[in-house]
Amino acid sequence: MRHWKTAVGLVLTGVMLFPVYWMINVSFTRDTDMRKSPPNWFPIDGTLEGYRAVLDQQLPYLGVSLVVGLGTVALTLLLATPAAYSLAKLRPRGGGVLSFVLLMAQMIPGIIMAMGFYAIFLSAGVLNTVPGLIVADSTLAVPFAVLILTTFMSGIPEELLQAARTDGAGVVRTFISIVLPVSRNSLITVSLFAFLWAWSDFIFASTLDQGGDHQPITLGIYHYIGNNNQEWNAIMATAVIASIPATILLVVAQRYVAAGVTAGAVKD
Amino acid sequence: MSHLTQTAVRPARGSAPARGRRHRAARTRSGQWAAWAFLAPVVLYLLMFYAYPLYRNVELSLRKYTVRSFVQGDAPFAWFDNYAKVFGDATFGPALGHTVVFTLVSLVFQFGIGLALALFFVKHFRLSATLRALFLVPWLLPLIVSASTWSWMLNSDSGVVNAALSWFGVGPINWLTSPDWSLWSVIIANIWIGVPFNLVVLYSGLQAIPAAVYEAAALDGAGAWQRFWKVTFPLLRPVSAITILLGLVYTLKVFDIIWIMTKGGPSGSSTTFATWSYRLGFGNLVPSFGPGAAVGNLLIVMALVFGLIYIRVQRRQALA
Repeated sequence: MRHWKTAVGLVLTGVMLFPVYWMINVSFTRDTDMRKSPPNWFPIDGTLEGYRAVLDQQLPYLGVSLVVGLGTVALTLLLATPAAYSLAKLRPRGGGVLSFVLLMAQMIPGIIMAMGFYAIFLSAGVLNTVPGLIVADSTLAVPFAVLILTTFMSGIPEELLQAARTDGAGVVRTFISIVLPVSRNSLITVSLFAFLWAWSDFIFASTLDQGGDHQPITLGIYHYIGNNNQEWNAIMATAVIASIPATILLVVAQRYVAAGVTAGAVKD
Repeated sequence: MSHLTQTAVRPARGSAPARGRRHRAARTRSGQWAAWAFLAPVVLYLLMFYAYPLYRNVELSLRKYTVRSFVQGDAPFAWFDNYAKVFGDATFGPALGHTVVFTLVSLVFQFGIGLALALFFVKHFRLSATLRALFLVPWLLPLIVSASTWSWMLNSDSGVVNAALSWFGVGPINWLTSPDWSLWSVIIANIWIGVPFNLVVLYSGLQAIPAAVYEAAALDGAGAWQRFWKVTFPLLRPVSAITILLGLVYTLKVFDIIWIMTKGGPSGSSTTFATWSYRLGFGNLVPSFGPGAAVGNLLIVMALVFGLIYIRVQRRQALA
């Protein structure tokens, strides 16, 4: 009975992940087989042409995405960690209103933010720059980061902070030497999500960085498709490489991912 | 916004006001200074990078911009001209219709499939945890990756979907290039991306239902079908409401998948408010920022209405 369920589960997972398999399969397919009908279901006599094209053409894009991702993580942590500490433990007057604002901020469609940013960046002269893109991408992560970290930090036992205070540690000292180390896991979770969102961002990149010298990998793929490129093995190879951070996230932080998805949607 | 563009972000529960009230006595003036000093960066950030862009967006929608005045910033105030233009546009009706169909059909299937899978996974079996984790993959992939993969799979001549359909003597269907199918193509891709979110949330909702309730129902002679409709379904209602409302907010703002797969075409057949707004602002050689911003603001009103309902429902559940 149980094996029967495992078998069904494997089939369902196979169906769900078929597009991922297909992306990998196409990335190894030779140009001459690309338009074959029916298509090759397995990458027999595969080619690495696609991946060679990625190495030749897409490395700069990947580098920019890496920088933008790391920059977004740094900015997000810098802003969100102290705020979460305050909301969780320092009881600021008006903290509830701020939490509400953060909640609503997450619901603003990206296209609206992009248009506003475009107008601002144009007059500030930071259109098509990497720092500009980092700032824009951080808006994807900051509200989420503050709210998630607040939830985690609310769980830090009051006695722990009380003990630090008794030893003469001030608010700042308590934050740095108690709260931050204790929150390590949640900081990692937030960093992973911030990186993934910045890495995956298309809307800000395509509006705020469309004429930039340094463009992220999402635009690299988009240009590939847009140029009426028929080398789908190269496009899919780039897509495979662009999926690596998501894969790492899933392997390294699987339970945090699920926790991040459900936080807020389900009552404990 | 990944997903669920990434979107996709989930709020936390820490109900600060309730805690605050309990400890009001403990608040000191210096404590408040410290608390707000820690909050100051984020407040400043919200003002500069949320409030200001939103304000600029409203301003864009109320002025008559040309490319020149956009750069110089001296566009004349036009009141609601842009909104009137948008409402009178031939694209308005179809875009509204597509937005509604896209959102509703996506939600129904995402929720239905997600719930079925959650019910399947809730009783543990060999490999169930691993398989459940693998189901997260579509949600974590960058949207450009999913969208381009689906584009190639749905390609009319060389796509694997049409190849599979031909076994059954169906097709070939021009998924992305026919006005009859383009909207359904992007809906299919969007359902695929949204199922993991529904699965994960509904799964944790199911886990929260105590086993004793099922045992009692089984003792009373309820069959599997009855147990689902009389026990699981009612007890899952609060979580379902939250899932659907969040799904609504996220689906309304879906832009990437549609734009990458069809650019809202052919001939507007898969244009939603999100892609329409983008096309007005950025998709043409001569941008019309005013109407683009106006469409965007209509979208934001829709998202915020459902967002407020979501927060209300969630607060009420937290109190219950």
